[in-house]
Order: sequence, then C-alpha cells, then structure tokens
Amino acid sequence: MTGAPILEIDALTKRFGGFIALNAVSLAIGEGERVGLIGPNGSGKSTLVNCIAGVLRPESGRIRFAGSDIGDLAPFQRTRAGIARSFQIPQPFASMSVIENLCIPLEYAGAGWKRRHGDIRAAAREILADCGLAAKAEALPASLTQIELRKLELARAVAAHPRLLIADEAMAGLSSAEVEEVLSLLFALSARGITIVMIEHIMHAVMRFSQRIVVLDAGRKIAEGKPDDIVRDPAAERAYLGE
Amino acid sequence: MRATGFWLALAAIIVAALAMTELVANQYYYFAFYVVLQYVVLATAWNILGGYTGYVNFGSAGFFALGAYTAIVAIKLFAAPLPALILAGGVVSGLVGLATGYLTLRLRGTFFAIATLALAVVLQTLVINWDFVGGSRGVYTMRPAVPVLFDSYIKLLFVTMLLLALAAIAASRFIERSWIGRGLAAIRDNEQAAACSGVPTLRLKLFATTLSGFLMGAAGAPFPLYVTYLDPSSAFSLAYAVNSIAMPLIGGTTSWVGPVIGALLLATAQQVVTVTISSAANLLIVGLLLVGFVILAPEGIVGLWRRLARGRRA
Amino acid sequence: MLDLLANAIVSGLLLGGFYAAVTVGLSISFGMLDIVNIAHPAFVLLGSFIAYGANAAWGLDPILAGIVFAPLFFLLGGGIHRIYDASFARRGEESLRGLAFFFGVLFITEVSLVLVFGADYRLVETPYSSASLTVGVIGIPLRLLVPFLVSLAMITGIQLALDHSFLGRAIKAVAQDPLALRLMAADPVRIKEIAFALSIATASVAGALLIVIAPVEPSLGRDYIGRVFAISVLGGMGSLQGTLLAGLIIGVAESVTATFYGPSWSPAVSFGVLLLVLALRPAGLLGR
Repeated sequence: MTGAPILEIDALTKRFGGFIALNAVSLAIGEGERVGLIGPNGSGKSTLVNCIAGVLRPESGRIRFAGSDIGDLAPFQRTRAGIARSFQIPQPFASMSVIENLCIPLEYAGAGWKRRHGDIRAAAREILADCGLAAKAEALPASLTQIELRKLELARAVAAHPRLLIADEAMAGLSSAEVEEVLSLLFALSARGITIVMIEHIMHAVMRFSQRIVVLDAGRKIAEGKPDDIVRDPAAERAYLGE
Repeated sequence: MRATGFWLALAAIIVAALAMTELVANQYYYFAFYVVLQYVVLATAWNILGGYTGYVNFGSAGFFALGAYTAIVAIKLFAAPLPALILAGGVVSGLVGLATGYLTLRLRGTFFAIATLALAVVLQTLVINWDFVGGSRGVYTMRPAVPVLFDSYIKLLFVTMLLLALAAIAASRFIERSWIGRGLAAIRDNEQAAACSGVPTLRLKLFATTLSGFLMGAAGAPFPLYVTYLDPSSAFSLAYAVNSIAMPLIGGTTSWVGPVIGALLLATAQQVVTVTISSAANLLIVGLLLVGFVILAPEGIVGLWRRLARGRRA
Repeated sequence: MLDLLANAIVSGLLLGGFYAAVTVGLSISFGMLDIVNIAHPAFVLLGSFIAYGANAAWGLDPILAGIVFAPLFFLLGGGIHRIYDASFARRGEESLRGLAFFFGVLFITEVSLVLVFGADYRLVETPYSSASLTVGVIGIPLRLLVPFLVSLAMITGIQLALDHSFLGRAIKAVAQDPLALRLMAADPVRIKEIAFALSIATASVAGALLIVIAPVEPSLGRDYIGRVFAISVLGGMGSLQGTLLAGLIIGVAESVTATFYGPSWSPAVSFGVLLLVLALRPAGLLGR
C-alpha cells in the first residue's frame, strides 16, 4: 500500500432473499493505488461496487471512505465525497450531447458547483480532450461507437473529480487496440493521483495495470496480493478453471 | 428565445390583454380565454414534473380541485381577496404535492403515478363527505359586487389567469435553462446514473413535485369565482387529468414551448367542439390524439417542427 | 350490531373474491410482465357492457356471455400488446409514454362506452338476481355468491395453467430471464403477448361478474383502478394466491366501512390502503 487506506470495507455482507451475494468481504485500498478486482461471473464484483456506490444497502458490515463511515450516505452524497463509478453497460444521458453529459457531474459533484455555465463547459471540453472525445462533443450518445460510449462513461466519472474511481468492466467486448486506449487512459488518471479499482475479465490488462489484485469467488475474497503471486495462487486458479 | 425577446413578448401580451379589456365588450371571449389560459398553467405545471423529470402525475384534477376548495374555505372563513386565494390554493396544493412525493418518490416512477391517481380519489372522497364545502351537493360562491380595476369581474379573472399563465411559463423556462433543469433532465434520462453523478435526485424530484402542485393549486383557486357553483364532480373532472397529460405530450415535453402550444391548440379546439358536437365526443378526440401522438409522434409538435427545420437546412 | 358486522364481513369476503378476479389480469400484466396497464378496469367495464348487450339482445346469461366473449378479448389484448411492444418496449421508453398510452386507452374506452350506451346505469336480470341463501343471521345473496364461486374457479384455473403447462412456466420465466427463455426456443415477445392477451381475456369474465353483482355505468372503471392496484401491490405482484388474499382483505375493509360509515367513503378505502402500502412498505417494492 502506498498511502493511508482511502477505502476500508469491513466484513460486508449482502443478501438477496436467500442468496448470499457478498459474504463478510473485507478489503482495504490505499490512496493512489491501482487495484484489480477479478473473479468469475456471479462472484459478487458488481454487488460490491453497488454497495460502495450506495445503490445497494448491505445487511451487515461497514464501509469507510477517507476515514468516515459512509453507510448512511445516499449515492449522490458518496459521489460528492469523492467516489465515482462507471457502469458496466454504458448509461449515458440519452437526450444530452456528450459535452452536456459531462456538465452534469461537473455541476453537481465537481468542486464549486455554482460556477458559471461557461466555465463548466470549458472544463468539460478539457476532460473530453484528455479522453480523446473532443471531436464528439456535440454528438448525441446514440451516435457513438461502443468504445466512445465506454470513454464517455469514464469521462463522466472523471468529471465528478473523484478521489476513488471504480471502473466496472470498462473494456468488455473491445478490440485489443481499444483496450489499449482505455488502459492508457486509466494509467493517465492514476498518474494524477486518483485511486483506481479496475474490475475486469481481460487478464493481461489487469495484470499490467494493477499493483495489487483481489480475487472474489461466490461472494468471498479468496485471494489477494501482487499480480505475479495471484497468477500462481491455487485458490484463484480453482475459482476460474474449476477443480 | 433570447431573454430580452422573451420578456418583451410577455410585456406585449399583457399590454394586448389590457387593451382587449377596454375594447372588447362581449363577455363570452373572456370566459373562453380563461379556460384556455387555465390549461396553459395546468399543462406547464404538469410538464415540470412529467416532461422535465419523467414522472407522470395522473392526479392533476386532485391538485386543481384542492386549490379550488382551499379558495372556498378561505372565502367562507375570511372573505379573502383573490390574490390571497391564489396564494393559499397554491401553498396547500404544493404542500400536498410535497407530502405525496416524500412518501412515494423513492419508489419507481410507475408507483408514483398510481399514487397520484389514488390521491385524487381520496381527496374527492374527503370533499364529498365534508359539508362545510358543500359535500356532493356543491357550493355557491358570490363574486364581489364591485369589481376591482375592471368593469366586469370576468375581465379581472381573465387578466389574473393570464398573469398566472405568464408566471408559470416564465418559471418553467427559467428552470429548463438552469442547473435545476439539467439535473431534472439527468434524472429523466437515467436516474441511477444521475445519482452516481452527484445529482440529489430525491430533493430535485420533491422540488418539481411541489412546484407543479403549487401551480396547479394556484390555477384552481379562482375557479369557484369563475363558475360560481362548484361541485366535486366538476372540480375533480377527469378532463383536467387527461388534458394536463395530453397537452404537453402533444405539444412536446422537453421544452416550455410544448405545453403552451398543446394547451392553446387543444383547449381552443375543445371550446369549439364542445359547442358544436358533444362534450363526450370532445374528450374522446382528446384521448385519441393523446394515444396517436404518443405512438406516432412522441416528441410532439415541437419535435416535429425541429425535425422539419433540420430537414430544410440539410 | 354483531349481525350487521357478520353480514358486512361475509359480503365483504364474497365481494373480495370478485375483486381478486378483477385484479388477476393486472397481476399478470403488471406483476409478471411489468406492463402498467391502468386501462384494465376499463376493459372490465367493456366486458360488463358486452354482457349486458348479449343479455338484452339474446337473453344470454351474462356470465356465459363473459366466457363466450373471452376469446375476442384475448385477441384484443394481443393487438394492444403488439402496439405497446412496437411503440414503447422496443424503444425503452416504457415509463412516461407507456403510462400515457394506457391512460389514453382507459379514457378512450370509457368515453366510447358513454357514447354508445349513455351514462346511465345498466343492469341485467338473471334467475338468481334477487335470490339469497340464509345461514343463521347471515344473508348470502346469490348475486354475490355466484360471482364469488366463478371468481375462485377462474383464479384457480389460471394458477393451475401457469403451474402445469409449458406456456404457463414460460410466462413465469419471461419476466425473470428472457435470455434463458430464448435459448429454450420460445420467443419472449410472443410469450408476453399471449400473457397480456390472457390478462385482457379475464376482463371479459370479470366484467360479466360485475354486472351480475350490481348495475354498471361507464365511469365505474375509475373506482376500480384504486382497488386493483391496491390489491396487486398488497398481494405481492404476480402472486395469484396473494391477489386472492389481498382481495378478500380489501373487500372486507370496504364492506365494513360502507356499513358503519356510509357508502360514500368506500372509494377512499382501497385508495387509502394503496397509499399506505406504498408509503410504509417500500422495502418490498424498491429496486424492482
């Protein structure tokens, strides 16, 4: 860990009726870290993200962000506190142009949200340029390609000026060139000091990006450590390949 | 519309209306325009919650009638003057909107819509069983004998409703162009993404519900003075519910212009149709237009116009 | 006093069973298919008037008419679902426009009934209209008992069909996992269409039962909107046993209220229950 923990998850348990999606998961993420979260489908990764974002309420356990318990905070308050997430399936604001999509988090979650709209648009343009979407500023989401939509998802999360960014399967279904684009974008964000949690199935990307990898299976954390160690971990191998 | 152009247009409309009250003696026009303007307010109010935020209110009649009956209570208890009636009607309806929203806006939009329908029926049942406001027999309201500012009371009501309509339009336009409007649009497009982008969804929805309720109640407050005899079935008439939904949907829900166009067109048409055909047939046509537009032209007249303009430019 | 209460409870139960039959269509369309068909009560009223017409023109027993015309209602439901699916479900704009669509349909149906039949009350005369059984101090009017029994039969029949036929299981599956359904070589859209058509077919029978119980006029549908949604929500959407139980509860609540506080309060009962349930039990409804 490079710094004090920015996110601490303490014995988090989430149940859907009789099904236990998360079973006493504990995790600590240091500020500025690049963490990869992997696990087979149904292992609870998305549930964990939704609990951190405040969309789901856990049955038990605690989540501390920057030292404070955020359990009572609504999703929008968590975003304002500095947690941003991108959605697995892009969820753009369909009636607004790309740049207007960014203006929302800039206005509502970014610092100083009473700024003049002109300043906000300028800030949005900068973020679009960083993400390689400058040419599509006035386009509607319906006209964007898959990779552009993914970038918009990330750009919108970045526009919230987060301290912690959770990228939920941002690369799923992309070509290798497109995966490289998203990867370099995430590296650039990390270089700015943003803590990034990457949830992915694309192993080579996770291995290159993460300083530390956490493995979930059937709602439990079964392995945690440096990428090279995880590759050799028998528990992780079993989770992915079966006995 | 540029800001100065908009305000100039409003001023011009007010001047024209005042001129009309001097020049036109035939009272029928004032009765007719009052109804049209009333629908402009209702449609604009509905659209703030419906078109901007994406939450359907089926109970417009309830908020409207609540304003009317609040006015009746205020007249009976305090002999309150017209501006006080409008304020009272608006405040009561606004608070009821706030309460309904607080109870049900955490749920899906469909449950909110059903709750608004339930609210209208509950309110109607309460009124029917309350003798102080006449119950199901209805109640008579006397117009003040000496009209203020104008030579007939109906002219006063007409100008009052005009000012209310312009105020509703101005408020709607202001919201649409402001950060509030952008937040509401985000909620409409994707509520979960909006919340995760920092938008305080519940607070904004409550704001929209309260303002919408306030405007509907304010529109209902002068109604007892307009009709002089009010009973629950006409105050809670389904015509208000269906029209306040049909007018914005037909006119166009994403802009303040849509409800205005929808109200002007539909209300005027209904005045004509009710006189020439029957009032039941009139409502049937509204229903058919609503369904037709929802299926075939979901962006409404404003949307069709925009597409035409884009086509011509290409 | 106790006699009054006992009678109120019994007629409430009988009425409640009927309410459940009215609601079963909504349990299918709203509970299982997630389609907010607020026009359902208008279709029930349509059923009532068609039963009235058949009775007036051919002397057909109204309940028989309801069953005979059910296939027509089935086709009507299928047609409406096609329009709904093509216009809204595909575009993903179900919420606002879908609701407005059904509201418009509700409206058109009610006003058409007024234009064709007028706004007056219509009633039917059957051999059992005025007869009643007496058990101790409790009077059981046949015009309540017969619809109650038919309602039970219909609900049970549909429950059995859902549990034991491929179509039925497909309907239960389609709401939960359309992809899996597709993999089983069943078209989700077709399944939904059949399910929705079934829900409208129940309206034909329910409408016939309605006019046996009491005279009808076109705007009665609006009173039922609150009832059916209250029962649906209270009963736990999509569960037919829940619908029946909730129907009985609402029926008794309304009947007792009407007996002791007057009939002018009864519309508020179901709507009030609905508001309470929505306000106090969001845990069961959130996040669906």
